[in-house]
Amino acid sequence: MAAAASSSDWPGRYHHIDQILDKPGPRTDPGFLAGDGVKDFLRGQAKILVIGAGGLGCEILANLALTGFKDIHVIDMDTIDISNLNRQFLFRQKDVGKPKATVAAEFIMKRVPGVTVTPYFGKIQDKDEEYYMQFNLVICGLDSVEARRWINATLVNMVDPEVPESLKPLIDGGTEGFKGQARVILPGITSCYECSLDMLNKQTQFPICTIANTPRLPEHCIEWASVLEWPRVFADKKLDNDDPDDIDWLYKTALNRAREFKIEGVTWSLTQGVVKNIIPAIASTNAIIAAACCNEAFKIATSSAAFLNNYFMLIGTDGVYSYTFEHEKRQECPVCGGEALDLAISPELTLEQLIETLTERQDIQIKKPSLSTPTKQLYLQAPPQLEQATRPNLEKKVSELVPPSGEVTVTASTLPFSLSLRIAYTS
Amino acid sequence: MKKNEDAAAKKKPKTSAAQIRVQKDLTELDLPATMKTNFPDPADLLNFTLTITPDEGMYKGGAFTFSFAINTNYPHDPPKVKCTQTIYHPNVDLEGNVCLNILREDWKPVLNLNSVMVGLQYLFLEPNPDDPLNKEAALEMTKNRDQFLNNVKSTMRGGYFKSVQYDNVLAR
Ligand SMILES: [Zn+2]
Repeated sequence: MAAAASSSDWPGRYHHIDQILDKPGPRTDPGFLAGDGVKDFLRGQAKILVIGAGGLGCEILANLALTGFKDIHVIDMDTIDISNLNRQFLFRQKDVGKPKATVAAEFIMKRVPGVTVTPYFGKIQDKDEEYYMQFNLVICGLDSVEARRWINATLVNMVDPEVPESLKPLIDGGTEGFKGQARVILPGITSCYECSLDMLNKQTQFPICTIANTPRLPEHCIEWASVLEWPRVFADKKLDNDDPDDIDWLYKTALNRAREFKIEGVTWSLTQGVVKNIIPAIASTNAIIAAACCNEAFKIATSSAAFLNNYFMLIGTDGVYSYTFEHEKRQECPVCGGEALDLAISPELTLEQLIETLTERQDIQIKKPSLSTPTKQLYLQAPPQLEQATRPNLEKKVSELVPPSGEVTVTASTLPFSLSLRIAYTS
Repeated sequence: MKKNEDAAAKKKPKTSAAQIRVQKDLTELDLPATMKTNFPDPADLLNFTLTITPDEGMYKGGAFTFSFAINTNYPHDPPKVKCTQTIYHPNVDLEGNVCLNILREDWKPVLNLNSVMVGLQYLFLEPNPDDPLNKEAALEMTKNRDQFLNNVKSTMRGGYFKSVQYDNVLAR
């Protein structure tokens, strides 16, 4: 494998990077294998997944390839739009309409010899744990909160304490205009993406009564058209942000309203920007955050230096300000917090008996628990209607409701958040 | 056998953070007797209605129903709440849109369904004419409180008022 990797290498290709990898420095990790060991791992074995091939993703892919990663996979569900070309530098005019992942992969492979980039044009949710298990590291350059929450939860759930390789470090980059952040998440160990959900910058939202009665800004008129007028006029038709005809209707409606209130500034592109919540992407912010992410990937893959612990934020709105801190794990985090418990029970045990067993346990201190599986509610203490609907389950055997090694989520007001049970049946 | 079970476990869906949060929010609701939830499909925790029957204030005697729709990005996204009836209220428009700050600009993931429900009930105890969605109703409330009260009482019985047909919302 090392030989295959070096066939496309030429003397001096990695001269600069080898300065770091050839000998330990004063702060390198004791596990650092200076020399061929680490080089072989980086260039011959490490497999890295990049999620997102947009503004951040293009930068990340280029950085990784030039740092010496040779087996890179990339997932993106989008196709290239003409408006991407100013900063997503792996794409050209002729590529408009093609999948970002495919075009980015081809570009990198053509430009950086010896690198294999495997694209997947689709959603991260299409892939299962087995797929994610093959990577050493995952880097995200996404603009969707929902996708990030999904990959974060997937990687946290994959961790098996008895299998060290099941822990996949997640490096998450994000930018919004002149602001950005890079963070290292060690699933189950450090704080996770879900832990920091309440820290997110919220999109600016205007009070609905302002929109309805006292518009002052062009954005107020656009929101009026999309939030209030659209559902009133088209009761059963859902607004499609990607349909130019829909945007056109909103634009004209907003423009009329703006005239009525003597407000200037409603344009077609502002309309599109407001309804799609587009924050202007800044190429330099993407470059800085992608560099920070790839720097962490390199350090984690090689152990050549201590990696970020665990949150780096950049604020470039007034000058350049950055701040690094340790974001703390939240005990009540629904993804990485809470306890997991392996429970071996008799296949004859009823749900009611299981609940009794739980409430009697000294180690978890639980009162009035509500239980569910990923697909159905087993028993809910409240509201009364749901209690009644789930009450018949109490007499049933747990083995009729939960498959072997199935997951049961327990919530109770006495728990910080939730308790996850893995049920096994004694034969 | 164990191996097969492990493989089966891997393919199984996981309970999502949003699902757990909704279960927690709902089972720990602390609602007064004036508020009641109803689940058209008890297996679907993401779509339900809330009926508020105020026991004081000018909307006393009415039963006001709101639909709740929670998406999979909860609690990052707030629940979508609409009044299912046409009612005469300064903070609820004729389409059922509700002006409540925590449903929009002031929503935070630390808030929960209980906070939203309590906020909704408050709108019936203390309608706020300074943040109007139904401008006429708000204007009437500030200008002529007695007339406003009359309008509330008569529209709650249903029927036409100023060419708008209101729903009968009297509690049965
Ligand atoms: Zn967490």
